[in-house]
Amino acid sequence: MLENVSGINSSTALWYASRATGVVALLLMTAVVLLGLMVTRQGRLPGLPGFAVSGLHRNMSLIAVVFVALHVLTAVADSYVYIPLTAAVVPLASPYESLWIGLGAVSLDITLAIVVTSLLRRHLSRRLWRAVHLLAYLSWPVAWLHSISSDTRGMLHGWQFLLSVGTALVVVAAVGWRLAAAARDVPRAERVGLLMSAVHGRNAMRDKLRGSDPLSGRERTSRR
Amino acid sequence: MTERLLVNPIECEGHGACAELLPELITLDEWGYPIVDGRPIPPALDRDARAAVSACPTLALRLTRVSLSRSLPPQSRRHGRPCGSLGRRAYGARHPALPKGQASQGG
Amino acid sequence: MTTAMRGTFAEDTATDLPRLLPPNGQPEDWHAHASRHGYLPYRGAPGRLIQDLQHAGLTGRGGAAFPVYRKLAAVLDAANARRRNPVVIANGAESEPASDKDATLLWLAPHLVLDGLQLVAEAVGADEAFLYTHAHRRDDVGRRLREVREQRRAAGADRVPVHMAEAPPRFLSGQETALINYLGGGPAIPTFMPPRVTERGLNGAPTLVQNVETLAHAALIARRGPRWFRQVGTRNEPGSMLSTIRRFDGAPRIVEVPLGMPLRNLLGPVGSDGAVLIGGYHGTWVPALEAARLTLDNQSLQVVGGRVGAGILIALPPDRCGLAETARTVRYLALESAGQCGPCLNGLPRIAAALVELAGARPRREARADVERWAGVVTGRGACHHPDGTARFVRSALFTFAAELDRHEQGRCSATNTRPFLPIPSTTARTEEDWT
Repeated sequence: MLENVSGINSSTALWYASRATGVVALLLMTAVVLLGLMVTRQGRLPGLPGFAVSGLHRNMSLIAVVFVALHVLTAVADSYVYIPLTAAVVPLASPYESLWIGLGAVSLDITLAIVVTSLLRRHLSRRLWRAVHLLAYLSWPVAWLHSISSDTRGMLHGWQFLLSVGTALVVVAAVGWRLAAAARDVPRAERVGLLMSAVHGRNAMRDKLRGSDPLSGRERTSRR
Repeated sequence: MTERLLVNPIECEGHGACAELLPELITLDEWGYPIVDGRPIPPALDRDARAAVSACPTLALRLTRVSLSRSLPPQSRRHGRPCGSLGRRAYGARHPALPKGQASQGG
Repeated sequence: MTTAMRGTFAEDTATDLPRLLPPNGQPEDWHAHASRHGYLPYRGAPGRLIQDLQHAGLTGRGGAAFPVYRKLAAVLDAANARRRNPVVIANGAESEPASDKDATLLWLAPHLVLDGLQLVAEAVGADEAFLYTHAHRRDDVGRRLREVREQRRAAGADRVPVHMAEAPPRFLSGQETALINYLGGGPAIPTFMPPRVTERGLNGAPTLVQNVETLAHAALIARRGPRWFRQVGTRNEPGSMLSTIRRFDGAPRIVEVPLGMPLRNLLGPVGSDGAVLIGGYHGTWVPALEAARLTLDNQSLQVVGGRVGAGILIALPPDRCGLAETARTVRYLALESAGQCGPCLNGLPRIAAALVELAGARPRREARADVERWAGVVTGRGACHHPDGTARFVRSALFTFAAELDRHEQGRCSATNTRPFLPIPSTTARTEEDWT
């Protein structure tokens, strides 16, 4: 198609838009996962108040959904290949690249469940909300798989490679850090006993620590 | 309808978002846990109070209705219904609130 | 172990006691119970007993002293409004180590308790009842209660089936929401969930929790009437109650006393510079001279910031150090925290550690102020009253033993005996299993 090599027709534009919004969506979802992990460990972003972490986590997740919607709509509108709109949420409904798009649908389904349960959180049981929210640990990898699969030819070099590897490394590292921190958490029943021993121990050392408060620091009541 | 703030001390993990958004009514103790002023919320702070409730990562902070016929002491653990919850229960309002059971023997 | 003590008010009230405990001090079987009290007077319909309890003015004997009729009415109302059958629970957990009255009552007069349980079950329309006892109080009380239940079943006395459960030996096991949590399959730690348990408790049903002694009194009121109940006690706080009393020898005595009885009659001579602990480990230390002027009712005790609670009275021997005893106790209380609420989890261990310091020689100058501050900061900020009660206990100690605090600051102590006096269990919660 020599005449289209340098031209940008509407189909190509939609296709590029779909890829671009997909990339942005993946980046946003990566950021949302990282922020979510920070919320559970009460991490702070430098220069920002504490409520910013959870606020950004929530707002960015909504923006991410918007970008996913754009990503889906542009892909459906692109006439070069036929992808029915239902394929966005029904896995394997697309005859074109049904596996890879199916992965995207799975990820989107889970994401929608998380967003909806979070918006309705006040009316749901804590256990239900938490169970659905934990599915984020499934949704992100599935989205990542969808992202590396949809253009396998371009995958192994350039910025797409960096993107895929970079996001994966960052998420794996963050989850690993969070699990390690949780493993250091003391179970509730032992927390009190350990705190008492620690406080008694610090008390015994107070003569050596004159001037400093031997009883600083706080115990967290997180159940996770 | 006047409301007051109530924190569920078990769900609260001391994130501190509430105190940042509503310092007039919520301060943090030396361990980062909220000390909540339980008096009815002045109308000027209503928006901030709702922001604080919605910002809590564990939904430990909630708004409950104050019955105007009885003023409740701060941080009282008397009955309160979170606004907007589904499944309304028939609370016998004509019966005065009961105290929480004692730590040792209750009843 | 049981002594009936005569009241010193009008002569005709004195001969009525003991009411709950059998006069000969022997465990009562079904026949002895029936011959002393007559048979179970079922009322025939829900709600009828409640009015009698209201006129009698019976309040909870578990420590909270809440009017019993109000609780029953709330449960009955919730049951009608929600069209759900309620559940009634006899709370015999007695998780306060210094108290022994519930265990004694269950041992000597279990039928009275179970009568009361059936009567309140009828009064609220319950179809299920529980008897919740302490795991380690008495090794064979569980077996005895099961025998008692069998006797009653054979006699056709019980209309509502009674399930028995044993509380883990934790200080919070007897707390209302903790015991419901436990009976529902969870750990014996408090929950914080409006609405109240009378509205929505065990398995979502309206739940009535009453101390076993309260139920025994209800069983007698149903037979003898409210006016009989009011023949002893004071006008505002009628009736009798079981009291666990420890004098200088430290041995617990269970006596049934009329409310309003002077403490000096119960404790005997307490000397002039000793101290008395009123109300157990969530109670109040009071200087001995002050205590000698008080009577066992809330109206009198509230003057010194005390409450009757579960009727625990302990006279500290003058040769012991009140600060050391307090420190030991608060250490136990801190270890018994469920650790769910930030202020309690953080505050109680620090208070305990500071008290250990104050009980020793030459504590840090800031220790006393730290304790005061922490006691204030934990009060009212937990899901249950554990931090509040502990703070009350601690503050009363700082007040009552102020002279001792001064002495310790100078490196002296007035005590000559370092043997522990207050009964503190040696085993405390270490792992999650200890709560289940």
